[in-house]
Amino acid sequence: MQLEEKLLTGCDNECEVRFKSRSENESFARIAVIGFMSVLNPTLEEVSDVKTAVSEAVTNCIIHGYEGDENGIIRMKMKLLYSQNSSGILELEISDDGIGIENVSMAMEPMYTTKPDEERSGMGFAFMEAFMDELRVVSVPMMGTRVYMKKIIG
Amino acid sequence: MNSRYSVYRDSLVVHLDKELDHHQAEIIRNDTKEYIEYCQIKNIIFDFCNTTFMDSSGIGLIMGRYKVLSETGGRVYAVEVNESVKRIFRMSGLFKIVEVFDNLDELICMQRI
Repeated sequence: MQLEEKLLTGCDNECEVRFKSRSENESFARIAVIGFMSVLNPTLEEVSDVKTAVSEAVTNCIIHGYEGDENGIIRMKMKLLYSQNSSGILELEISDDGIGIENVSMAMEPMYTTKPDEERSGMGFAFMEAFMDELRVVSVPMMGTRVYMKKIIG
Repeated sequence: MNSRYSVYRDSLVVHLDKELDHHQAEIIRNDTKEYIEYCQIKNIIFDFCNTTFMDSSGIGLIMGRYKVLSETGGRVYAVEVNESVKRIFRMSGLFKIVEVFDNLDELICMQRI
């Protein structure tokens, strides 16, 4: 049986947070998602994977989406589907109303960055892809960017 | 909760906080710039002994310091790196430009600084 089917008989939970595009909110976003997923008893490695992916996505909103403007709003939707034995699926959607990305597939290339002078490594999307089980990026120039990620826990 | 700094001969030791992200990286980048300018710093040692988390902003910080210091023949070292940070080092190829030692004593014993 697929994990998704098993989970249909389990529980689900949802949470959404909105915060300003200030760099101190990067650690807040990591703490929020770790708290939300703690019901699944994730391993240290799973916690580290999710923290890294969230950190990359939120940092992208701040640096690229809003280009350092601290008054932008970042939204993080979190969703959990889990069964009694506490294995489950974590779904995350992190979005901004920033400048968007002209060419998403180019932006997702490892080492590609539009801001080398700001010492960006160009590894953000590569890490999200490596540490999560699914990654989708939708972006409309001058409208914003939405990153959707999914991870199986347990 | 900022990172603290110490100077050993011509090397700057950056004692990193618990988490090295974009927010922390910006602070450390500005601080180290002043040390390099005013204290004639040749090498930088990143001390990860309290650090359990680093993302790609940390890679940018370390690569940036490597570029600046290598112009004057300096080096970048890392000590006390835990497994999850090592994983980030490995994935980004940082081991090619940064020598990693178990601790500061080892670095000093090997006469690297």
